[in-house]
Amino acid sequence: MRTDQDPVPGTVGTKGPRTERARLAVAGARAASGNIFGEPDRGTKLGNVIFPALLLLALAFALGGLCALLAWSLVQGAPRLDLDLILNNPSRLRPETAGYRTALLGTIYVIAGVILLIVPLGVGAAVYLEEYADKSRWYNRLIELNIQNLAGVPSIVFGILGLAFIARGPLSLGFVAAAGSLTLALLVLPTVILASREAIRAVPPSIRDGSLALGATQWQTTSRQVLPAALPGILTGVILAVSRAIGEAAPLLLVGAVTFVTFNPSLFDGGYSVLPVQIYNYAGRPQEEFHTLAAAGVIVMLVTLLLMNSFAIWLRNRYEKRW
Amino acid sequence: MLTETKDAAGQGPESVPSLAASSPRYGEKVIKGLLTLCAGLSVAVTTAIVISLVVPSITFFRAIPLTDFLFGTAWFPDFASNASFGVVPIVVGTLTVVLISLLVAIPVGLLSAIYLAEYAPARVRRVVKPMLEVLEGIPTVAIGLFALLFLRPVAESLFPFLPWRTPFAVGIAGVAVGLMIVPLVASVAEDAMRAVPRSLREGAYALGSSKLRVSARVVFPAAISGIVAAIVLGSSRAIGETMVVLIAAGATPQLIAPWEVTESIQTMTAYIGSTATGDIATGTITYNGIFAVGLVLFVMTLAMNMIAIRLVRRFREVYE
Repeated sequence: MRTDQDPVPGTVGTKGPRTERARLAVAGARAASGNIFGEPDRGTKLGNVIFPALLLLALAFALGGLCALLAWSLVQGAPRLDLDLILNNPSRLRPETAGYRTALLGTIYVIAGVILLIVPLGVGAAVYLEEYADKSRWYNRLIELNIQNLAGVPSIVFGILGLAFIARGPLSLGFVAAAGSLTLALLVLPTVILASREAIRAVPPSIRDGSLALGATQWQTTSRQVLPAALPGILTGVILAVSRAIGEAAPLLLVGAVTFVTFNPSLFDGGYSVLPVQIYNYAGRPQEEFHTLAAAGVIVMLVTLLLMNSFAIWLRNRYEKRW
Repeated sequence: MLTETKDAAGQGPESVPSLAASSPRYGEKVIKGLLTLCAGLSVAVTTAIVISLVVPSITFFRAIPLTDFLFGTAWFPDFASNASFGVVPIVVGTLTVVLISLLVAIPVGLLSAIYLAEYAPARVRRVVKPMLEVLEGIPTVAIGLFALLFLRPVAESLFPFLPWRTPFAVGIAGVAVGLMIVPLVASVAEDAMRAVPRSLREGAYALGSSKLRVSARVVFPAAISGIVAAIVLGSSRAIGETMVVLIAAGATPQLIAPWEVTESIQTMTAYIGSTATGDIATGTITYNGIFAVGLVLFVMTLAMNMIAIRLVRRFREVYE
C-alpha cells in the first residue's frame, strides 16, 4: 500500500552528491525513450500545463456543482427559516405558516426503528463473515456476493419488497411507520455490514491469537477484544447508513409515507410521513411559497446530515488505530 | 493441528493436559447460530425480493403477452378502456437519463480521480476525499429540487433557443443525476488508480516520461478494470435513481430521441414511484404492472452490479 508520506515519484536525485550521476541517468533515460534532445518538447510542456488545469477544473466542477446546491437551498429557503418550520403541522392550504412537525416526528420514529434493527443484524452478520465463516464454503461465498449485490439494488426495488412483503403480504404490517423502518433497515443493511467488516478486518490477528492462547473462547475473544477495538469503525458505518436512511424517500413512497399527516404518528398505527417525502410533496405544488418551504426543508435535512457525517468522519480520524 | 496434539496427548504421560475444550460450550454454538442467521438474512432478503417481483409479474404476463410488453412502444397503463403496456418508452426514458448523466459524470469523475490519485498533494487529498464522501450522501430529493427550481431556469436563460415547453426536461434530470454520481465514480476510480503499484510509475519516470504521460499512458490503462467498474456502478446507480427523475423529468411516457433534451419523459423508477402509492388496488393489471417494471429494473441493475463486482475483484487480485 502507498501511504501519503511517500515521496512523489520522479523527484528523486535532484540535490546532493549524486546530482551529476542522476542527471546523467535521466538524460540517458530520455535518450533511450526517444527524446534525444534531453528536453521535453513544446507539446509535452504544454500538456504538462493544460492537463493539470483541466483536472483541477473537473474537480472544481464536481465539488462546485454540489456546493451550488447547498448555497442555492440556503438562499431559496432563507425566508422560511423560522421556528414555525419545525413546530407547525404540514398544510396543503397555507404555505406561509405550514411546517414539518409531523414529518420530523415521523422521521425520528422511522429512524429509531432502523437503528434498532441494523445494529444487531448488521454487526452480527459482519462478525459471522469475518470471525466464524469458513471462506472456502460455497454458502459463505454466496452470502458475501449476495451482500455486495444487495448494496447495488435500487432503493425503489426495496420499496416494492416493502409493499409486497412488509406492508401487505406475509408480514402485513400495514402502511405504518414500522413498515417504513423495516424497509429502510433492509435497504441500508449492506452498508452497515460492509463497513463493519472493514472495521473488524482491521483488528490485527495477533490480538485474537493472544486472547485465544489465554484460553478465551471464540465468542469471548470476539466480544471482549475484537468488537471493542473495531467499535469506532462500526459506529462510523452505522452513522453513514442512518444518514442515508434519513434522506431516502423513494422506497417510503411505496410503504405509505405519502399523506399530509396532521397528527403525531405512532409506530404501528395510522399514517405517517417523513421529511424527504414531505419535501417531495411540497415540491410538486405549483405555488412559489411551497417551493420556498421545500427548500427550507432541504436545509433542515442537509444540516442534520452534514452534522452526522462530520461526526462520523471525526470519529474515524480520532479513533482510527494504527496497529 | 488440534487433533494431532490431542492424539499426542492421548499417547503421552498422564500429566500432559488435554487441549480439547473442557466443556461442550453450548452457549458458543447458540451464538454462532444466531450470527449465521444474521448473515443468512441477506440471502432471505434477496429471495424475498425475487419472489415479490416474479409472482405478480407472472400474473401480469398472463394478461399481457411478454412480447407486447418488451417491444410495445405505447405505455398507457392508466387508460381504463384500452390500456397499453409497451415498456419501450420508459426504458428509453431511463436510458436517456443514464446517457446524459454519464456524459457529465465520466469526464468530470475520471479527471477528478486522476487529479486526486496522481497530482494532488497529500494535504489536498485528505480534505477532498471526505468532502466527496459527504457529497455522495446528499439526499436525492434535494438534488431533484435543485434541478427543478435552479438548473432548469438557469438552463433556459442560457439556451433560450431550445424548445422549453414544460417545467420538466430529461436533460436537466440527466445532468442532475450526473452530478449525483460524480462522487461515486471519482472515488471508485481513484481507489483503482491508487492500487496501481508504484514500480510501474517509477519505471515510466525513469524512462523520462512526463507526469501527463505516466497518468494517461501507464496508470490509466493499468487501472482500466477499476475505472470501467466505476462507470458501470455509476450507470447502475443512475438507472435506479428515483427522486431526481420523479421531480425533474416529468411524467410523460413518450418515446424521444436522445438529443431532445428539453422534453418531459418518464423513467421506470418514476413510474413505479408515482403509481405504487399505498392506496392502489391490489390484483389489477396496473398493480401487477408495477412489479413487471420492477423486475426489468432489477434484472438490469443486477447484471451491471455483477459486472462491476467482477471487475473490482480483478484489479484487487492483480495488485494486492
